[in-house]
Amino acid sequence: MRMGVDRRAAAAARHRLLPEGRVAGPMPWIVAIMMFLTVLSAAAGLGLNAAVHSMGDDLAGRATVQIVEANGEQRARLAALVTERLRRIPYVRAVQPVDPAALIEQIRPWLGQDAASGELPIPALIDIELTSGQAEAKIDHLRRQLATLSPKLRLEPHAAFLQPVAGLLSSLGWLAAGIVLLMTLATGAVVVLAARAAHDGHRGTIDVLHLMGATDVQIARLFQRRIGLDALLGGALGFAMALLVLALLGARLLATGSELLATVQLPWTSWALLAVLPVGGVLLATVAARWTVLRSLGRLL
Amino acid sequence: MCHGWQTGKAGSVGAHFSMMSAIVQFENVGLRYGLDSETLSDISFSLHAGGFYFLTGASGAGKTSLLKLLYLAQRPSRGVIRLFGEDVVTLPRKRLPGFRRRIGVVFQDFRLVPHLSAYDNIALPLRVAGMVESEIDAPVTEMLNWVGLGDRGQARPATLSGGEQQRVAIARAVIGRPEILVADEPTGNVDADMARRLMTLFEALNRLGTTIVVATHDLPLIAQVSAAQMMKLDRGRLSDPTGSLRYPPRQQVSG
Ligand SMILES: Nc1ncnc2c1ncn2[C@@H]1O[C@H](COP(=O)(O)OP(=O)(O)OP(=O)(O)O)[C@@H](O)[C@H]1O
Ligand SMILES: [Mg+2]
Repeated sequence: MRMGVDRRAAAAARHRLLPEGRVAGPMPWIVAIMMFLTVLSAAAGLGLNAAVHSMGDDLAGRATVQIVEANGEQRARLAALVTERLRRIPYVRAVQPVDPAALIEQIRPWLGQDAASGELPIPALIDIELTSGQAEAKIDHLRRQLATLSPKLRLEPHAAFLQPVAGLLSSLGWLAAGIVLLMTLATGAVVVLAARAAHDGHRGTIDVLHLMGATDVQIARLFQRRIGLDALLGGALGFAMALLVLALLGARLLATGSELLATVQLPWTSWALLAVLPVGGVLLATVAARWTVLRSLGRLL
Repeated sequence: MCHGWQTGKAGSVGAHFSMMSAIVQFENVGLRYGLDSETLSDISFSLHAGGFYFLTGASGAGKTSLLKLLYLAQRPSRGVIRLFGEDVVTLPRKRLPGFRRRIGVVFQDFRLVPHLSAYDNIALPLRVAGMVESEIDAPVTEMLNWVGLGDRGQARPATLSGGEQQRVAIARAVIGRPEILVADEPTGNVDADMARRLMTLFEALNRLGTTIVVATHDLPLIAQVSAAQMMKLDRGRLSDPTGSLRYPPRQQVSG
């Protein structure tokens, strides 16, 4: 009990030594804005990363075999043969011949009535699903197997269609990571400036403390505490605002009902990573303030 | 006046002193500010632990500059300064706080922290030394009463008269029970009566073993302290009338 009272009294005395009420200066607000943008960038980066992964997992194991044979009878025979062969391959989990009638129905809007006439050679399609893992090796192996059967067989892995999209998302993710890094540097710079200003503004007090035998570390601690608290305040505000925006965006995403957008969901590890940001911000501010003040003090006698 | 002393991180400084040993030693010390000619030249003297010393000289003679060297606010341009038996000129920065905590200073311009109350200003040395809050109140209140400001504890320096500020500065300088008390014109802003009271206070501290160094223009004040010795600065050079403070003593120099 006594200890607690003492500590609170000591903290109050320290606070009186470097006055100026909190939230007065621009520091907490700048940190709040930085934190807001950092959390949003990080969330975007993590979300894109998650999307690329889930898209990849989803599509890597899917492919379509096309049977490009003009003769309808031969096409049907070849399709049956391929289906039967595919079913015997152990890493092919599912084989699903696409119903020609359904296919014609799908392409009717583009090709018109001719599509149904049977005179247009439409390839037969067989959707397959592979067991998970080593998708590329399996696709390669499968392509060679099909080539031995007939030159009229083509294998289209689905991942290939979305390759450019995944590439784009992945670069956007890196961009977001870059922004987080720049934000961190900028926050550090702001803290260094704030600490320097605080140090200069309190030169008189610092000189007196020095001549009383205060150590550099004691004096630096005064500043790092204050700036750390400012950063905590700003960081908490920015983080809360960012979470609010993310929650609203999430609700919007769900409302679209899109399957692709629904994959943009953050696993709990990503949320944990986001929660680390304000803590890291406060640590960064404290360390930067301490370093700056110690450096300035080192130039005095 | 009697309260616990808790040394903080900076720790105490090694050697222990008997009443007769030299607590301050200057040898051929020179001080030059920037590129100007020397403000202080060939300063040599030694002060004994438990002594009472006055430093006089015309305005601009270099009294404050000499005291600054003594309380480690300034490094000399040449010469050797020993405090408590250790050379402080070549001392690394990180060892300075330990020495400074053993020296109390009354600055000529007081240097009270403007946003702190009289009470908090006086408590500052104890807080710097790491004393726990619950042990601070008694000595600070006692000190406030001692300088006759018992009812002005919560006043800011700006609301105090010059003499009251000076007394706060003195209280702050002595509260940590320093081994050396350095006072730069400590009676410049008070009437003759208060000046006498403050000198009586310094003598009391001196009797408790504190070495006292006071810079002043006030010659009647010097006469009041019979046991005191005097150093006189004349345009940056020591010219004490007796030569007894010189180090090494004059007769040895002249051989
Ligand atoms: N920081 C400084 N930079 C440059 N010159 C200085 C500095 N401090 C003092 N001086 C010069 O050194 C000389 C001595 O000054 P000092 O303050 O030591 O005199 P003093 O004896 O204390 O005078 P006073 O009785 O008026 O207080 C003066 O000429 C002053 O201009
Ligand atoms: Mg002076």
